[in-house]
Amino acid sequence: MIQTLEPILREHPFFHGMEDQHVRLIAGCSKNVRFGEGEVIFREGDPADHFYLIREGLVSVQFVIPHDGLTTVLTVGGGEVLGWSWLFPPYRWHFDARAQQPTHALAFDGKCLRAKCDEDHDLGYEIYKRFMQVVTERLEATRLQLLDMYGSHV
Amino acid sequence: MAAMFEQTEVVTAGLVPDPMLPVPYRIQRVKQETDDTFTLEILPEDSGKGFSFAPGQFNMLYVFGVGEVPISISSDPTNLPLLKHTTRVVGTVTKAMRKLKRGEIMGIRGPFGSHWPVEEAIGRDVVIVAGGIGLAPLRPALYRLMAEREKFRKIVLLYGTRTPEEMLYRHELEQWRGKFDLEIQVTVDRAASTWRGNVGVVTTMIPRAPFDPSNTLAMICGPEVMMRFTVMEILKRGVAAERTYLSAERNMKCGIGFCGHCQYGPTFVCKDGPVFAFPRIATILGKSEI
Amino acid sequence: MFVRTLRAMTAEPLHVGEAVVVEREHLEQLLQVLVSRGYEVVGPTLREGAIVYDHLTSTEGLPSGWTDEQAGGKYRVKRRQDQALFGYAVGPHSWKKFLCPPLQRLWQAARNGKGLRILPEEERAAPKYAFFGVRACELNAIAIQDKVFIEGQFVDPGYKARRENLFLVAVNCGQAGGTCFCASMNTGPKATSGFDLALTELLQNGRHYFLVEVGSVRGAEILAAVPHQPANDADKQHAERILDDTTRHMGRRLDTREIKELLYRNYEHPQWDKVTERCLSCANCTMVCPTCFCTTVEDVTDLTGEHAERWRRWDSCFTVDFSYIHGGSVRATPRSRYRQWMTHKLATWIDQFGVSGCVGCGRCITWCPVGIDITVETGAIRESDLVKAPADQGKDSA
Repeated sequence: MIQTLEPILREHPFFHGMEDQHVRLIAGCSKNVRFGEGEVIFREGDPADHFYLIREGLVSVQFVIPHDGLTTVLTVGGGEVLGWSWLFPPYRWHFDARAQQPTHALAFDGKCLRAKCDEDHDLGYEIYKRFMQVVTERLEATRLQLLDMYGSHV
Repeated sequence: MAAMFEQTEVVTAGLVPDPMLPVPYRIQRVKQETDDTFTLEILPEDSGKGFSFAPGQFNMLYVFGVGEVPISISSDPTNLPLLKHTTRVVGTVTKAMRKLKRGEIMGIRGPFGSHWPVEEAIGRDVVIVAGGIGLAPLRPALYRLMAEREKFRKIVLLYGTRTPEEMLYRHELEQWRGKFDLEIQVTVDRAASTWRGNVGVVTTMIPRAPFDPSNTLAMICGPEVMMRFTVMEILKRGVAAERTYLSAERNMKCGIGFCGHCQYGPTFVCKDGPVFAFPRIATILGKSEI
Repeated sequence: MFVRTLRAMTAEPLHVGEAVVVEREHLEQLLQVLVSRGYEVVGPTLREGAIVYDHLTSTEGLPSGWTDEQAGGKYRVKRRQDQALFGYAVGPHSWKKFLCPPLQRLWQAARNGKGLRILPEEERAAPKYAFFGVRACELNAIAIQDKVFIEGQFVDPGYKARRENLFLVAVNCGQAGGTCFCASMNTGPKATSGFDLALTELLQNGRHYFLVEVGSVRGAEILAAVPHQPANDADKQHAERILDDTTRHMGRRLDTREIKELLYRNYEHPQWDKVTERCLSCANCTMVCPTCFCTTVEDVTDLTGEHAERWRRWDSCFTVDFSYIHGGSVRATPRSRYRQWMTHKLATWIDQFGVSGCVGCGRCITWCPVGIDITVETGAIRESDLVKAPADQGKDSA
């Protein structure tokens, strides 16, 4: 009845090289979600119990700055991963996320996955390995953003 | 459309009458593009002295009594003899250039340098990655691609700037999006809340851009640090190193290989460049103080 | 009409490759024939304690009986025991001061109303020089600058005109200079090509004469008007011995084996830091080097703003703003600039022009105020090469 999301997961580069049983485990913790334009996905300080794989659309990672309103520091689009705060205590979001466009994503139950990773360390290793890569790429991109490469001093 | 590539005669090296003497050009228009960037549109004083050029080439622009600077040509190579140069105000000469008015006269030497290998892209996907003012030297290549659109497969333009206000040719980008079969994705490093588009460095758009790396030619232009990381992502995607091109920049006093200023490792940016295939500069790109 | 004194024993015209003998007292005739043909003769002359290149009206202007003592950061002239005219090595000048003048106007421009007119310098005829006393290393240096200015994609019309008018009287070195290493660079001491005439000065048993080799048709034609006799084997062997001797007494040596690859893989060698401790970025080396060709341009205008000129002058990669682009210099540190100069001279030059940029004349060593020695610097890098050449890599792991 519930159409399994396994095939969809397997298609995605994030899950490439992962064993079938692990993909199945993770699929069991996932579901399809949709957000309308402007819809808030989560807010800074909210419990971070999910992460998302964006299938289509655009999500803004934002901060609320007093007097300045919402400032977007990054957008995450189709094919990209959003959210790693579910991995470490206090499991709370550190920023806002808002759909800039109608967005279709896969949401993964972090609480459920954390428990499964504690049981199955091999699964844990596979997940942490992949998240490490996402975080590294995000950090490197952020550094380039910090460099302010297009400034006239460059 | 008849074989345009064969018809257009590119004036290269030996054909430039006297590469050391500026040719008078009259200013048709000075257009402010962004805060510190403007475009000069110029026509030759003597209509017989106009010349054609290949995308990626540059001219030495002379402001009477002030000095000369190298600036990439950013106009349509099929719309001669009009020339356009987009530049930032960064020094004495560009400052003086910004003050020039329609009807005033300046000197042009060129065209010099190597060009974007548009011919080599025939039958392939083309991915163009521009950063900031780097879109200016790439614009002639885009015109060339659009002039014979059917000869190329997918054409993707990834354009990153600091802020939405600093984007060049915004109106034109919208037009191209609508008129031609081009995938255009823009992103900014920082934006006000009114910006509804991508935020993040342009390199983040490469992993998912819609082109087939096994049959792609890449053209990259922007600040050197941006080009370095862009090349990294392009090669990571699987595009062949020898089909990845960049445009470099160095101090130039002559533009024709005599003054020695533009040396970049074993190359002269004015004659071996400014457009380089990546393998040629792979060992020096990113090396400090070369 | 044309009186020939002491004509050769043979009546045939001279051939290229032929060698004759000219007595010292007739060398003046050679110079005067050149003058009478409209050449501006320039050559070595003693001035302010150095042997420099300047205009010569007669052989009296040559530094007869003088020699030089050269070492790192040291140059002194000294009296010889004999009256040799060319008994020294090279001084602070090189012939590039005539072929590529240190200061040169490229064009003038006039602005009237809204129009612009460019007035090139071509109208004036290029000077017709005769270089009198060019060393083998210098012939090579001229050939190298030919590659830059007339054999590339673009041609410098001024250089080309001066070069085409040029008459070259070479001199084979009778002794090696204190900092010379032409033998290492394969650029001497014997002049093998690129000259109109080549002299070897011979002083023996009270006789002072020259073996003169004909290098071109033009040279043959000029020499025909100078009293001469055919050279015999003894003369030729004497000249050979002198050159052998010079070769064996070079002041310096440079190991040029795979030098390009050596420098390419040692961009981060600590020797660059060491040399930076001494290098003043004074640019002397680039000024005296016969192959350095970098220039800059200056655009000037008069007070009315109606008349502008562009001038070209010698420049040096040692200046801080040589590599300036929007906001800063690419080579901001003296370390990077010394590295640039030396790597260009010995390595990247080869990729650019097919030959080394160094002719082994030793000027950069002599005229460096702190005596930095390009042969020592290269040696130091070679000795502690950061990355062993592939052939050696296997040996360490054994």
